[in-house]
Amino acid sequence: MTAAHDTKQKWGRGVINGIAGAAMLYLFAPIIVIVVFSFNNPKGKFNIVWRGFTLKNWAHPFSQPELTDALVVSLKVAFISTVIATLLGTCIALALSRYKFKGSGAVNLFLVLPLTSPEVVLGSSLATLFLSRGVSFGIVTVIIAHVMFQVSFVAVTLRARIRGFDWSLEQAAMDLGASPGRAFWKVTFPLILPGILAAALLSFALSIDDFIITFFNAGSLVTFPLQIFGASRVAIPAQINVLATMLLMGSITIMVGALIINSRRNRLNNGSEAKG
Amino acid sequence: MDAGFPVVKLDNVRKQYGSFVAVHQADFSIGRGEFFAMLGPSGCGKTTTLKMIAGFEQPTAGRVFLEGEDVSQVPPHKRNVNTVFQQYALFPHMSVFDNVAFGPRSKKINEAEVKTRVNEMLEVVRLGDFAARRPAQLSGGQQQRVALARALVNYPSALLLDEPLAALDLKLREAMQIELKRIQREVGITFVFVTHDQGEALTMSDRIAVMSEGLVEQVGAPVDIYARPETLFVAGFIGSANLLPGTVMSSDGAGTRVQLLDGTQVVVAAGNSAPNASLSQGNQVTVMLRPEQVVLESEGSMKVFITDTVFQGSSVRVVGRTANDTEVTAIVPAGSNHKAPSAGESVFMQWHASAPYLLEGWPETAGSTNTNVDSIEATL
Repeated sequence: MTAAHDTKQKWGRGVINGIAGAAMLYLFAPIIVIVVFSFNNPKGKFNIVWRGFTLKNWAHPFSQPELTDALVVSLKVAFISTVIATLLGTCIALALSRYKFKGSGAVNLFLVLPLTSPEVVLGSSLATLFLSRGVSFGIVTVIIAHVMFQVSFVAVTLRARIRGFDWSLEQAAMDLGASPGRAFWKVTFPLILPGILAAALLSFALSIDDFIITFFNAGSLVTFPLQIFGASRVAIPAQINVLATMLLMGSITIMVGALIINSRRNRLNNGSEAKG
Repeated sequence: MDAGFPVVKLDNVRKQYGSFVAVHQADFSIGRGEFFAMLGPSGCGKTTTLKMIAGFEQPTAGRVFLEGEDVSQVPPHKRNVNTVFQQYALFPHMSVFDNVAFGPRSKKINEAEVKTRVNEMLEVVRLGDFAARRPAQLSGGQQQRVALARALVNYPSALLLDEPLAALDLKLREAMQIELKRIQREVGITFVFVTHDQGEALTMSDRIAVMSEGLVEQVGAPVDIYARPETLFVAGFIGSANLLPGTVMSSDGAGTRVQLLDGTQVVVAAGNSAPNASLSQGNQVTVMLRPEQVVLESEGSMKVFITDTVFQGSSVRVVGRTANDTEVTAIVPAGSNHKAPSAGESVFMQWHASAPYLLEGWPETAGSTNTNVDSIEATL
């Protein structure tokens, strides 16, 4: 290899690293700002100009009762809708990857629709449906709305993860005298559980920060994103940054935890397992 | 076979998927303690037949009996047979011990006995020290033995093995053949195994069912199947053979005289023919000569032009062409006094009077079939 070639390669690598760095900065800068401004000591109601470091926001994170209430509502909605969506989505994913049945093509298509159609359309049409049926808006309608798009999300991601799952394992279990139920709970379920958990975590995250669909179907119910949106016109207290940072830390902890569990499992089951 | 019912009995079993017939008619029994092979090329229906015994497939027609009981409609988990899957299908999230204990625990056997039985079976397959490991931490051969222990710990009526050695490399495969035989003798359970490798089937089994395109061509002991094939397919598939088409000229108590296509006349000894072969004059038949049964001499009736010789250690494989350009093979012992002829020479093929064997019909391609001769010589 010539020296000229070498420098050229070094150059190329530098450019690529630069672009990658810029992209990362672009992605993470807003998040960094949010975290940093949770330590700001703002004058007035808007936490947008840096006025100096303080810990007082962190000392009283729940000092804004409306904000805290909204957060509790969001957590409640996310928890219930995630449980329902994970249950239904897992069943759909299993059915689609195990059996060829009449209409499985149609199910496949309908699964992707909620993920690809604009949220405005989904939210407004669902709201129209509720109105025409005379359903009063509240936590139930919001949960139904969230389950709607979460089911698709869980089913699609889980199906991708259990593609290539070795179904002969289930056959082997039945061959050894296990009933179909025991074969599922003792063999298939433990192997796909990490995939189910990952899908559930991500769909939880989708629910907790959903704004548009929730906005259409919430009625007088106020979730965390709705509260912040409403409040931002009159005030942006630093507590928003504190709570957002806490949420961020929470989800990072969960993700890292899931990653560690998964890699430990993969090392143990190395290869012989589907990506479950 | 001993008194009482056979362990497995297939009664005119047929399996059809839509218009595709996977198994036309399987009709045979497997006795207690037998090492039974279902042998055939891929797509011959052997695995489908195995799955019908295991219960993963239901026959379209006919019945499957286990220990004299009709189990045609019984689901797999209620049949007392166990399977060793081709890729072993070990549970990756369980230890070796838990894998082996899965069957007994499914049958709600108390934990103390489970422990005794599992440990005992791990000793049989020589994996006593590996109980705590995960399958992924074992080698291919060890995984195979876990799969064996996991199936045998249930004391099944029959153990079904689906191409059990296909995933192993050659050396390990040969070692596992011996190991499988040892384990089978030790536990005394009927083994039914599916393979496409005729050497493996000849080496290991007490009896073989040779299958082709959904049909059972012949069921018999390895020696019989090798020496007295009933169809052209069996003659060509098992071992190496020179299949020489010809026409019956005459037949009497002493034997049958056949004129081969190259003009040579062969006398086939009486009784040395397949049951379905017609000996009437003018009938088209095939004379089978195993390569190890022929000798090459400087004079005789069947002239052969040598095209190639292959040194094989204990023997030399000599390939030549007859007067009508049919390829024939002879196996000549190496290092003996009579030197093997070399390529370019012309010699004459001779054989003992009891060697030629008569089959009905003409083969698709005349001449020698090329399969692994060494593994057959090792067997017989």
